[in-house]
Amino acid sequence: MIRTSKATAIGLTAAILVFMAATADAKDKVKVGFIGPLTGGVSVNGIGGRNSADLAVKLRNADVKAKYEYELVVLDDECKPNVAVQVATKMAADKDIIAAATHYCSATAIATVDTYHKFGFPVIVWGAVLPDITYRNKYAEIHRVNGTMINQNDANAELVSKLGYKTVAVIHDTTDYGKGHNEYFSKALAKIGKAKIVGTFGVTAEQQDFTAELTQIKALNPEVIYFGGLTPIGVRIRSQMDKLGIKAVFDATSGIVSDAYIQGLGPLAEGTLAFREGAPTEKLPGGKFFLEKYNAQKYDGPPEAYGAFAYAAMDMILNTIEKVGPDRKKVIADLGNVKDRDSIVGKITFDDHGQNTVALITKYVIQDGKFVEWDESEYASGKRKLPGQK
Amino acid sequence: MDVGLFAQYVMNGLMLGMMYALVAVGFTLFFGVLDIIKFSHGDVLTVGAFVALATFAGLHAAGFNSQWLDLVIMLAVATLAMAALGMLIARYLVMPLRSAPALNTLLITLMLGTVLREAVRLFYPQGANPKPFPALLPQNSIDLGSLNLRLDNVLMLAAGAAVIVGLQFLLNRTKLGLAIRAVAQDEETARTMGVNFTAIVLVTFAIGSGLAAFAGVMNGLYYNEINFGIGLYLGVIGFSAAIIGGLGSIYGAILGGFLFAGLQTVGTVLLPFASAYKDVFAFAVVIAIMAWRPTGLIQEKISERV
Repeated sequence: MIRTSKATAIGLTAAILVFMAATADAKDKVKVGFIGPLTGGVSVNGIGGRNSADLAVKLRNADVKAKYEYELVVLDDECKPNVAVQVATKMAADKDIIAAATHYCSATAIATVDTYHKFGFPVIVWGAVLPDITYRNKYAEIHRVNGTMINQNDANAELVSKLGYKTVAVIHDTTDYGKGHNEYFSKALAKIGKAKIVGTFGVTAEQQDFTAELTQIKALNPEVIYFGGLTPIGVRIRSQMDKLGIKAVFDATSGIVSDAYIQGLGPLAEGTLAFREGAPTEKLPGGKFFLEKYNAQKYDGPPEAYGAFAYAAMDMILNTIEKVGPDRKKVIADLGNVKDRDSIVGKITFDDHGQNTVALITKYVIQDGKFVEWDESEYASGKRKLPGQK
Repeated sequence: MDVGLFAQYVMNGLMLGMMYALVAVGFTLFFGVLDIIKFSHGDVLTVGAFVALATFAGLHAAGFNSQWLDLVIMLAVATLAMAALGMLIARYLVMPLRSAPALNTLLITLMLGTVLREAVRLFYPQGANPKPFPALLPQNSIDLGSLNLRLDNVLMLAAGAAVIVGLQFLLNRTKLGLAIRAVAQDEETARTMGVNFTAIVLVTFAIGSGLAAFAGVMNGLYYNEINFGIGLYLGVIGFSAAIIGGLGSIYGAILGGFLFAGLQTVGTVLLPFASAYKDVFAFAVVIAIMAWRPTGLIQEKISERV
């Protein structure tokens, strides 16, 4: 009997102590949001982004100087526009959530801009590259830390022309993302005027079989097949090209810059071209710091290509809330005036559309199962050759 | 269009049609014995393909290196495992709902399909990513102008045809087949004639699901890539193929499968607009066929009319 009451007393004291410690140190809780594709074919990228945003919040909460304690609310847009509008509405309607880092898929990012605008909910896009997301409207709520697909397609068309290729066939998925790639690549290639497009094929984003399209392409006999779309169908198209004996160069976009592409294809991935805004994570100004902290958390997957941008977006949100307080209007006002702000992805400057203007494009070629920067690759030095490379 | 190119389209269409037909046959078998639609069928195919891939990884780790032996073991493991899964589904999800409205079975199998699909994504290592599937058939190919005739495609077509012929033989020439057909025609009478109803239903589900596993392995060998979503699309198409062929008829399902593949190929090649609309075209034709022959192209010999 005595023993139990003693134990109760100790327990009670401990509970009171914990409670006191908690209240003495209590900071106001502030909620911030993250939206990305956490299920479905591109979920590796979404989960990498989620982890990176989570890292930004964790590091901030560990910082004793932080004024608030942050809680990350994570929602899944499944890379589907209809789902994205639902979750965006859910998040924006929750007045406790001050701001969010949103969307990897262009199709979901463009579908939700009106929702965020209607609710006056400030967001920073962390991965989607369709220009229209920031440029179609002039919404004060929408910002983006990564570049747009205009820049990467300029670089892409330039490289293809420089390598002396004359004929290109285009395959793109029929989402806003794929259509955008097709549009900007075709424009950029026509502007240079050295190579011409011999055929354009729109395909659905869940398609499994591309043999019919590829057989048509085979008859057109292009030197390059340009692909505007994401990893899952990129893997299928590249693999089925081989099945049909098509030897053209596979020229892709930022949509396939993911380890999943190489794992899905094995040796067949060799010689695939890809382009991406920004530098490789490890070469970013804060890349080493980011990767160190990321790896220390033992997340269930790598940050993937856009993780650093998700971190930068979330970090910028937290900085702004620290500065102006947890108030959506003040956050929007402050984000309207971002110039040369330091971040792990380099200096960030938003133009009048909320678009980061620092356009740095990295060209990649897959060499020995790795994304290697083009200029450092054996293909650029002439040691290896792409099909038909002069 | 030159002959080689045309032959290439035919070859592509035949391969697609064979896979659709194998899936459609499953739908038709299940409908035959129990008058139900089992919507998880496509996802059983996915699980089958992943079981085969896991078996390959296991064999590889154990130091097996014979391509043919690998393939035979993979096929056997995948087919048997899916046959067992099919029986479990029939015994514990479908049969208990016998007296409930048919919609409930449809719904429960639809949900089971999602569970299977998401389970592959979550529990298979890196299951969300597309997975390379080993090329275990000979890679020889002959280049005949625009036609790239591959030995592995020919072998797969032959194997698929053999499986379908084998199934026909089983259904029409064996005692088991007789029992399955008896149950399909009239459950009550079959029971009074001494047919073990439960056993026949379970065996039918095992056969249908085994076929799905076979189609899954074939899908992997053909594309050299599988992902957790393959079954969803194949399931929808297999179901449509079974319906246009005439649900309950094996020949109808096969016809439906090849017809659908043909429509998709035609939709890509001959129509002037973008190939993205090939499914719109194919499904629109399916709708037209449904309006013309509501019970499918090949009707069940006895259909109940009130």
